Amino acid sequence: MAELNLIEAINHALAYEMAHDPAVVMLGEDIGVNGGVFRATVGLQQQFGAERVIDTPLAETAIAGTAIGMAAMGLKPVAEIQFSGFIYPTIDHIINHAARLRNRTRGRLSCPMVLRSPCGAGIHAPEHHSESPETLFAHMPGLRVVMPSSPSRAYGLLLAAMRDPDPVIFLEPTRLYRLFKQEVVDDGTALPLDVCFTLRSGTDVTLVSWGAMLHETQAAADALAQEGIMAEVIDVATLKPLDMETILESVSRTGRCVIVHEAARTAGFGAEIAANLAEHGLYSLLAPVQRVTGYDIVVPMARLEYQYLPSVERIVAAVRKTLEGS
Amino acid sequence: MTTIARFQVEYTRFVDPQGEATQPLPEFALDPAALIPLYRAMLLTRTFDTKAIALQRTGKIGTFASALGQEAIGVGVASAMRAEDVLVPSYRDHAAQFMRGVTMSESLLYWGGDERGSNFAVPRDDFPICVPIATQVCHAAGAAYAFKLRREARVAVSFLGDGATSKGDFYEALNFAAAWQAPLVVVVNNNQWAISVPRSVQTVAQTLAQKAIAAGFEGCQVDGNDVIAVRHAAQQAIEKARTGGGPSLIEAISYRLGDHTTADDATRYRDPEVVQQQWAFEPIVRLRSYLLRVNAWSQQEEEQLVKECTNAVNEAVEAYLAMPPPTTAAMFDHLYATLPAALQEQRDTALHFAPPQGGEHG
Repeated sequence: MAELNLIEAINHALAYEMAHDPAVVMLGEDIGVNGGVFRATVGLQQQFGAERVIDTPLAETAIAGTAIGMAAMGLKPVAEIQFSGFIYPTIDHIINHAARLRNRTRGRLSCPMVLRSPCGAGIHAPEHHSESPETLFAHMPGLRVVMPSSPSRAYGLLLAAMRDPDPVIFLEPTRLYRLFKQEVVDDGTALPLDVCFTLRSGTDVTLVSWGAMLHETQAAADALAQEGIMAEVIDVATLKPLDMETILESVSRTGRCVIVHEAARTAGFGAEIAANLAEHGLYSLLAPVQRVTGYDIVVPMARLEYQYLPSVERIVAAVRKTLEGS
Repeated sequence: MTTIARFQVEYTRFVDPQGEATQPLPEFALDPAALIPLYRAMLLTRTFDTKAIALQRTGKIGTFASALGQEAIGVGVASAMRAEDVLVPSYRDHAAQFMRGVTMSESLLYWGGDERGSNFAVPRDDFPICVPIATQVCHAAGAAYAFKLRREARVAVSFLGDGATSKGDFYEALNFAAAWQAPLVVVVNNNQWAISVPRSVQTVAQTLAQKAIAAGFEGCQVDGNDVIAVRHAAQQAIEKARTGGGPSLIEAISYRLGDHTTADDATRYRDPEVVQQQWAFEPIVRLRSYLLRVNAWSQQEEEQLVKECTNAVNEAVEAYLAMPPPTTAAMFDHLYATLPAALQEQRDTALHFAPPQGGEHG
């Protein structure tokens, strides 16, 4: 058992799987000698060799595309995209090929790859380093989309992603990389994909979030508890496929739901959850569902980024709105 | 078997690392006095770099990409451009940007995380710094096409690094520009490193210049630490483009003497001794050595110039630090020509939750 931060937990999960599955290879920019710009892959090239931990030329399109070829031929590539804004060139390969190779060949070929990328704002990074692209991928059939919110879940979910027979987009909130440490048992135990995690039980309102925003969401739940409002907090963790059952069950008890995400509002993943609540949980709702999200604007550069990110104050205000008149 | 094509890539240097001319200088460089502005621009860039790194270390700006050791490339190329030409830079090109009229306080604003730093007062048509690698070369090809379509005697000049030549965008842009015979000049700053990946791992191609040949136009190599060679090649390429001769590519060989950015620690992946050896080739000492050799420069003038550059940088820093913080509303007000009605409510929410002093919180 060790106290690890989120980036160390990812490093341990990668190392565990490399050691136990010779089919796992890693590729990306600066992941070898340098150990990754965020140090996710530190020590892995020394341990497993340059053939399995590949410093690629600088080209995200080819990183994604060659990973597909590797995956189809029996390897299990874990590709790293260095910063979130550089994930967009991969979309052609991920959508047109990774997501549909199994379906196109009726199961003859498949694509067991993981595309890892940092995501999110809040570390005063340069332009194009603070994106939240989860909805782009969650919209596409054939993919799994995962975003951990703690070191132990990052460890277990990444192992699950690497063992999954289909492509997984694994988005790592940079703001959490070194924010806090947690006990992580490095024994190769994977967590289930496709389920939400209830982080805190409550009776008055269900707060649903994922990734770094769970930090503010939990803080909002703490603040509300001071005044006797008991919030249940759910970490979606795997956005696609979505475990709606856990959310519906919670809302059936609380009658209220606030969805919090960092990505822009329009067609954000909160809209999908809200639509599911409208379809399947309307009669349990005591108040309209609220969304607290990033605005429909380009993520601002560092000076204004914290005015973009949903704050504890905004989450608390949204909860109050659901409690109005009750 | 018949050989149907042969290609060659030429390498140019006028002044060697000791500051000695190795061949007759081009016309613009015959009067040493004409080289003083280039020397000043390189020294100013280096003074700015040193200051910007210090500002990052004390939290006054964010991540910064230094141009240490590569000053001759931006200065040499931009000195051959006309005001009406357009610069399409990457993120290590402030040497060229300053030559174009971008102010040092604008640059600091940008690196300080403020979009106002890309709203240049002077080169109004120049593109902002481009972070997604090599994408800017496509934009430059498009800009060049616009000039050609309108029969304007203007040239688009784009910079990229050696790592960026691995991206499809780079090849695609070269091919488009050549197919269109567009007035584009592509300058590859080959500083040998793409963060931790050396040039030798990036590609096994013998030169980066030869990549232009596949697109059907000329690529040449210059000593990127010899500002005279850079300026000479740029001048030829730019005038060729301006007069309908189509695109060119210049590979300027230099060396990244600093870290990739302030977020990087190059000692993790390269030997500091090798870096130390590269200081023997750097561009500022080289031009100074030449100027001293031809009696066009003195210690007194050097001291005066250092003082002048330091003062200019300090003034820019003061102007930057005195800027009022960006407004919350600005996040919304520049997204579209007119704010869509559907965004008004979100703008109101942002203003409602904005900290009273403006700028950042959290």
